[in-house]
Amino acid sequence: MTSIDPTTRDLWQVISATDEVPVGMVETTMLLDVRLALTRDNDGNPVVWRRTDEEQGDEIDPETIMDRLPAITGYGYVWTSLGNPPRELFPIPEYAEADRKNMSCGSIGLAVSAPRAVENFLDMGHFPYVHTDILGAEPHTEVKEYDVEVSEERDEVLATRCRFMQPKAAKSATSAMEVEYVYRVPHPFCSVLYKSCPEDENRRDVIAIFLQPMTEERCRAHLLQSMIDSTSTITDLRRFQQTIFGQDKPILENQYPKRLPLDPRAETPIRADKSAIAYRRWLSQKGITYGVIPMAS
Amino acid sequence: MAITLYDFELSGNCYKLRLLMSILKLRYDIVPVDFYPGRQHKADWFLRLNPFGQLPVLKDDDLTLSDSGAILAYLARKYDDTGLWFPDDPAITAEVLRWHAVADDITSTASAARLALGFFYDFDVAKAQKGAHRIFRLMDEHLWFGEREGRDWLCGPAHPTTADIACFPYVMLSEEGGISRQDYPALRRWTDRVRRIPGFTVMSGVFPAGRALEEA
Repeated sequence: MTSIDPTTRDLWQVISATDEVPVGMVETTMLLDVRLALTRDNDGNPVVWRRTDEEQGDEIDPETIMDRLPAITGYGYVWTSLGNPPRELFPIPEYAEADRKNMSCGSIGLAVSAPRAVENFLDMGHFPYVHTDILGAEPHTEVKEYDVEVSEERDEVLATRCRFMQPKAAKSATSAMEVEYVYRVPHPFCSVLYKSCPEDENRRDVIAIFLQPMTEERCRAHLLQSMIDSTSTITDLRRFQQTIFGQDKPILENQYPKRLPLDPRAETPIRADKSAIAYRRWLSQKGITYGVIPMAS
Repeated sequence: MAITLYDFELSGNCYKLRLLMSILKLRYDIVPVDFYPGRQHKADWFLRLNPFGQLPVLKDDDLTLSDSGAILAYLARKYDDTGLWFPDDPAITAEVLRWHAVADDITSTASAARLALGFFYDFDVAKAQKGAHRIFRLMDEHLWFGEREGRDWLCGPAHPTTADIACFPYVMLSEEGGISRQDYPALRRWTDRVRRIPGFTVMSGVFPAGRALEEA
């Protein structure tokens, strides 16, 4: 049995898009090697518990579930915890802006650890090769110098001044543009990306990836988009994001080891990996051992 | 002529049609269908196009068609002036349709495993994987003996047919279903040949063949 470190145990963990959980019917999933069942009550609030003999699709009266795990909703998703979670989820204030199109883009299984998926999300070096003619194109392969800090106050990794030449930066993009990114890692298994918005130069599109660690080597990626886009439909916007994510999937699933090594000598970083180095160090300092290969002590 | 494809980017069955239309240099419009997570292929408006609730659907002017294999045959018959992609010869037609049926078996095994692991469909993963390996073993042998006889493709003619297009996507995406192709070298060489067909195009999860051969 895998042990779950105390930090991971006490975090809020994402488990499903809220509106994909039917009222009065059982959904099943796995979190940190624990089988879970969930449903929503008549008010639409999530109810989460440890699964015993429930099957997907069973009808259930949520009132009969006594032994519940903590559950909240945030950013269109249901979050739970196996320990004592903080009062609130990390903030994404933009999500509340009235004119944004907020959407889940599907929960997709990945045969890799959650931290590997976070790290891939932070990486710009692969854009021209994996997202050819969308997020990058040869010969514009350089990852320019950018800044990384760990914000003590907010307890998150922050990468700023990330710039990249992109042929089609978003569904709303009509021509190539140099895009500026800001990456936040406000949770060991979640990252939020802000990128220049083709439609409004004063605002930024928000794309977030919330990873649900199912086992140490498997996770479920929940994708959130919060976009400034007055013309595209939700289906269009989902399709754009799924196209990108579908390109990342085989690359991610071919990473070995599947757990993320935290020893700085385990893999050879280049300058472009500055954010990944900060992320790995941050995980180490937090005492995360789930889904990683900790530094030898 | 106006062709419209009702399409989901991550669907291998939809990709079969994008691939053949790219090879045949056909222009078409795409209507995106939110298969996942939106399940729009089960929505009323979609069921009016295809009561079986399956992607892809293709409209050509007033004609509405479904089933990827049937549509491959239609597109080849109607728009391939060379007649190579779906040959007229009765014996070869039977051979091509035989492999279209194998393509459906690949969908119900390799694609089912991918849907279970990637999209959380409630399918028996181990059974689907086992079924896919059985088909891949047979294909690998068929292609290995073919190479010995100077045959590069699934069917007899000295050029690819819709049989190759129909079988390609879910072979190529098999690793997403936890099905390695490591033990099937002739199958892998065939996927490289498909990826070098002029007009070849990719989908998410399928990468172009390396440049080694072109440059050599």
